[in-house]
Amino acid sequence: MALQYLLSGITKGSIYAVVAIGFNLIYSATGVLNFAQGEFVMLGGMVAIMLAQLGLPLVVAVGAAVIVVSAVGCLLEITFFRKLRHHSILHMIIITIGLSIVIQEIALHIWDEKVRSLPYFTGNEVSSLKFFGAAISPQVLWVLGAIAVSVVLLHIFLRYTLQGRAMRACASNPEAAMLAGINIPNMRTLSFGLSAALGGLAGCVISPITMTHYEMGAPLAIKGFAAAILGGLGNPMGGVIGGLTVGILEAFAVSRLPAAFNDVAAFVVLLLVLFVRPHGLLGRPGGEAVREH
Amino acid sequence: MERPAFTDMAFLEVENVRRSFGGLVALDRVSFTVCRGQIKGLIGPNGAGKTTLFNMVSGLLAPEVGQIRFKDRTITGLKPFQIARLGISRTFQNPSLFLRMTVLENVMVGRHLRSRASFLSSSLRLPGQVREEQHIRAEAWRHLEPLGLAALADRPAGSLAFGQRRMVELARALATEPELLLLDEPASGLNTREKADLNQVIRRIRASGVTLLLVEHDMALVMDLADDIVVLHNGTPIAHGPPATIQNDPNVIQVYLGGEPDGIPPAGELNLKWTRPR
Amino acid sequence: MRFLQCNTPFATFAVLAVVTQLVLRAAGMEYCLTQLTMALYYALVVLGLCLVTGHAGQVSLGHAAFFAIGGYTSAFLTTHDFGPLPEPAWATGLKQARVLIEHSDLYGGTALSVSPWAAVVVALLLTFVVAHLIGYPALRLKGHYLAMATLGFGLIVSKIVVGTAQLGASDGITGVPEWPLGFGLTVSGRRTLRVENYYIACGLLLLTLVLLRNLIRSRVGRALQAIHDRETAANAMGINTAAYKLGAFVLSALLAALAGVFFTHYTGSISPSEAGALKSVRYLALAAAGGMASLWGVTAMSVILNYLSLRGFFGSYDNAVFGAILILIISLAPEGPLKPLGQWLRHGLNRNHHPRDETTGAPPGASDGAPRIH
Repeated sequence: MALQYLLSGITKGSIYAVVAIGFNLIYSATGVLNFAQGEFVMLGGMVAIMLAQLGLPLVVAVGAAVIVVSAVGCLLEITFFRKLRHHSILHMIIITIGLSIVIQEIALHIWDEKVRSLPYFTGNEVSSLKFFGAAISPQVLWVLGAIAVSVVLLHIFLRYTLQGRAMRACASNPEAAMLAGINIPNMRTLSFGLSAALGGLAGCVISPITMTHYEMGAPLAIKGFAAAILGGLGNPMGGVIGGLTVGILEAFAVSRLPAAFNDVAAFVVLLLVLFVRPHGLLGRPGGEAVREH
Repeated sequence: MERPAFTDMAFLEVENVRRSFGGLVALDRVSFTVCRGQIKGLIGPNGAGKTTLFNMVSGLLAPEVGQIRFKDRTITGLKPFQIARLGISRTFQNPSLFLRMTVLENVMVGRHLRSRASFLSSSLRLPGQVREEQHIRAEAWRHLEPLGLAALADRPAGSLAFGQRRMVELARALATEPELLLLDEPASGLNTREKADLNQVIRRIRASGVTLLLVEHDMALVMDLADDIVVLHNGTPIAHGPPATIQNDPNVIQVYLGGEPDGIPPAGELNLKWTRPR
Repeated sequence: MRFLQCNTPFATFAVLAVVTQLVLRAAGMEYCLTQLTMALYYALVVLGLCLVTGHAGQVSLGHAAFFAIGGYTSAFLTTHDFGPLPEPAWATGLKQARVLIEHSDLYGGTALSVSPWAAVVVALLLTFVVAHLIGYPALRLKGHYLAMATLGFGLIVSKIVVGTAQLGASDGITGVPEWPLGFGLTVSGRRTLRVENYYIACGLLLLTLVLLRNLIRSRVGRALQAIHDRETAANAMGINTAAYKLGAFVLSALLAALAGVFFTHYTGSISPSEAGALKSVRYLALAAAGGMASLWGVTAMSVILNYLSLRGFFGSYDNAVFGAILILIISLAPEGPLKPLGQWLRHGLNRNHHPRDETTGAPPGASDGAPRIH
């Protein structure tokens, strides 16, 4: 039974991890904490579902959805954040929250309130694999696989490719990066595009399990943010640990607490971590959480 | 110039203080005392740990080892605002004004610890608060005028030139009526004329009974003003004494001019003008 | 003259309030006063944020929670049947002191509940305690971290509210009794009391504005501004920064709770949506749109936009329009659309007389200083 909870926690957690990585990517390249991150997940699912219903093969639908969402991400950066770079944290928070609300409402008017989902990638809702006595849907494997692969690819990109290194350079020292001839605005756009693509992909693979609904973005954003903080803000791979922690915590809370309270546990832990170790479980103390400006 | 002798017991005592950042030791085994009424100079190449020391005396940083005592009371571990209330005020290397407030308001903030109005009495404008507010304003003006800032009183601090910011910051620090004033490179960024003014202002401050601890790179100014100088190098004091002694101390000359006996490259940021302008 | 100059905005506010009521009466549209009254109460929350975020520089994304704590506590205590009580001396004492009062319940029986005044006191006390418990650790954090901590707190409160059967779960609490304030005034949604309640809300808002204005132009206001501008320097100047931040936070939490209490007794009900994160965001956004630090800008923005929203002016696109307005205002006029207007007014007035030694030098009608958020 515990294993079952653990598995469900890991599944949820991997989605939070993707959102957290998305947060971190954008945050470290631009300093913007993008509260609209969860909307990318929702959009990914919605677009893929729409395309699949038009009769496109699943792979094409998912691929196209990822590209569309990524384009939306780039567009947001170009329209709203290029000009606003020197704005205060508060303004950024409000703008991204505003964007999140607007995207949600647009989704509501395009796709209405219905709960939708993509078909299972392989098998169907009853097919399951046995794993040490716990039942897993093959879709869970798809989720874990897709996310693991994209996280690894992202890691390789950031660490070993020129573009990825340039992006990390922007994050750690924008002035030096600029002097080295890196086009910083483009890097920032790229960070939005990448993190939107990641979110979009997560939205597709998770859709058969959790369903896709226009309101799903905001809670994901908040938990993803919690995960990002737990893993240490600005550290992309820390988000993986943070996401899994939040997911597993939530899964076990479901077994102990009344259903209505199962989010409360995650938020209480978030507050405790913020109050006791604001730099995250992995981060170093003395970071910006308590630093002036 | 004749220098008074200080037989008074220690006013500020820094005792065997150590502080490191990560693996880097910024200060180690630093001890010295400041006597009441003195101007104590603190010099040393960049990175010698002067500002770190200031930050520890004013409570922004805590020493890892050692103690700091002010008027025989241990102040290590106290918060900056508590230390300020005991009578230690400071300026910052980069003037740290409240940029969205006017010059007058900045100096009025200096009166904070000499006034008491609370959330309640302020929002209700109780008679005591109104009177206190008038007093704060009057006192702020009193500290603005001698520094030649009266004309700037209503200007937003953010619109001032660098030299003016230094003066406002000084006025703000003085408005707290400190017994000990820490000045962190007050002359840096000032032109010759402003430096001469500063020299006069510091003398007046001392004459009013305030003890000063002065970090400064302008050797002419320090040598002229200080009664006593501590030289820091790589986080430890290498010389201590009146300016005349310091100027002739072989260690100091080596650090500033020569490169060190053990081969550490010279701290080449200074072109020492050891002679006072006549 | 000085007095007049300082207080013109307040007089203008009062005149505007009366004129609005008279015009609405003449136009036969007095029903609009209901939503206007609600918008006035919401403005109290936003004014609290103006103090804590605009002046002290501390972001809060959890103020709807304080509104809800106020509203729900009061609603629960005044509607819950605590009877039949045991009969020891303290219970009778409470009844005699009219802390507990008997009233008829939905089914015609009698129920024993807490009187509105006592409930309000408890609500404010509870808010005071909770604001300290959250504010003390949270205010050590900065920027995004503080935003997240307050958001997390708000979410916890909203989940608890939705998940607790005694608080009506997703239906909220209805049938909240009216609140006799004394002096012949009653906070109530009765139609006959509509005008009276409109003026109660106006009066409360005006009082809050006066108190906050005084606070901002005082030693405390300067300390908060100093913390906002440069916390280290403020601390080195002898300001107990932690205590002042907490003070501003608690005060703004109490304002939000007070708004919640009045709102609940006025509408006779409270629903979980009042505790939602979306509400917190709305409050903060309204404050930002009003220029953050400007009491008048913030008041105007929040009354107007909330009124339009409550009247259903934005239709089914309410949230979208709201979101879009926020994005537009913040991207085009980050210091609030009223700032340029204020400057223009200031310019015009300064030509006539020079209010030199006024605390902030701000002439009437202008904003209370530069918007101050970093």
